[in-house]
Amino acid sequence: MASTRKNKPFIWHRKHLLGLRELNAEEITYILDTAKGFEQISTRSVKKAPPLRGKVVVNLFFEDSTRTRNSFTLAASRLSADVIEFTEKASSVSKGETLLDTARNLEAMGVDIVVIRHSAAGAPKFLSRNINACVVNAGDGYCEHPTQGLLDTYTIRKIKGTLEGLKIAIVGDIAHSRVARSDMWAMTKLGAEVTFVGPPTLMPTEVRQLPVKVSYSLDEVIDKVDVVNMLRIQFERLGGNPFPSIREYSHYFGLTVERMKRAKSDILVMHPGPINRGLEMESEVADGSNSVILQQVTNGLAVRMAVLFLVNQAAAQTS
Amino acid sequence: MKVILDSRQIEKTLKDLAGRIIAETPRQADIAAIGIRSRGEILAQRLSSRLSKMLGKDVPCGTLDITLYRDDLNSPQSAAQPQVRTTEIGFDIDDKIIILVDDVLYTGRSTRAAMDALIDLGRPRAIRLAVLVERAGREFPIQADYVGYKADVEPGKLVQVNLVESDGKDEVVVD
Repeated sequence: MASTRKNKPFIWHRKHLLGLRELNAEEITYILDTAKGFEQISTRSVKKAPPLRGKVVVNLFFEDSTRTRNSFTLAASRLSADVIEFTEKASSVSKGETLLDTARNLEAMGVDIVVIRHSAAGAPKFLSRNINACVVNAGDGYCEHPTQGLLDTYTIRKIKGTLEGLKIAIVGDIAHSRVARSDMWAMTKLGAEVTFVGPPTLMPTEVRQLPVKVSYSLDEVIDKVDVVNMLRIQFERLGGNPFPSIREYSHYFGLTVERMKRAKSDILVMHPGPINRGLEMESEVADGSNSVILQQVTNGLAVRMAVLFLVNQAAAQTS
Repeated sequence: MKVILDSRQIEKTLKDLAGRIIAETPRQADIAAIGIRSRGEILAQRLSSRLSKMLGKDVPCGTLDITLYRDDLNSPQSAAQPQVRTTEIGFDIDDKIIILVDDVLYTGRSTRAAMDALIDLGRPRAIRLAVLVERAGREFPIQADYVGYKADVEPGKLVQVNLVESDGKDEVVVD
């Protein structure tokens, strides 16, 4: 192999991706740089490369998911891994026991990478301490969804060139959003200024301790930001009456054509999907020229390939 | 450290390589240069601009990142963790004669990886290997079609190709 002569090459050493809070800017940048190299696999004639040949990836989803699960499945397949789809609704046994039992079963099957989504925050970390396989967090409770945070950051960086100095609004149900948290960690670490926007009832109680600004009015920020990320209203997670009516929410926090007239002409409109059209944003905005929603999905594939590749590399070097 | 090729000799070698490639390539064939990151990339660019001039037609040039095709990715012994970078080939390689360019041919493992990577991009009419320096030590049954300079180097020594674009000056040294 040709020699490399960079001064001090960066070494990725994490065999788990549990969250973005624990990563530094250099690590996040390294994942994004690596993801660039995976983009072209999806555009060429043979949409497959061999780095995970002979490896087994399990999708261990305790919560419903279509896009994240499919994206991980496709990412693992494109890297030539074998993929096991494991669906298990939370059972009556206590979460810890269930998870550990499941983990032991997976170990017995010789799984190399576990991609886990769980309603309990910290479940991926728990798993990582109890099995030898690599663990990738695909969403845990209201805590983190690191690959979404990475793909959002990747999408912004690809179009804007850098995160440094950008103003980014994350709008909606912040309290129940792991996407908002992972976005916040990644984007602020790379130098962006993040504002959480939503009604007070949908703000997390600890928001003042987070490295973000807070606004209760979308109108107040829409003309100042470079990126607006509209979160999905997660009806399945909302208890009580966080806002009087859907129409009222939409009136104050929906991204409408009217509101977009006040935004910067090159504002990026993002959404982690699936969209409640007419609620978080109007269809004309979702399908408009500022929308990068489908690019987020495409980029997600490259980012997840990079993550699977990197955790496996770290595992190979420590084994 | 011993200099085995200086900048003048490198240019002469590339000119020579380009001449031999043209002499052996059918006139009507579509030809393109693809360099293996990272020194091969630069050499491929220089070679393709020479070929373009000499042939009076555009010889496209691309860059291949072979990281995902390396055979030591899962080996704990592998010295450094390779960084995945982009493959940038802005043309269709189908039915073209691809001049695969690398700086040094040593074990042959990079070439194997590069051929596998290329075949996933299409079906070239032929792949020909051009290297600036060849040294003994093959571990795979791979030979170059065009060799710029045959270096007599003891095993364990490092042949280092420095180029202006990446290293500030053109020279090949043995360390």
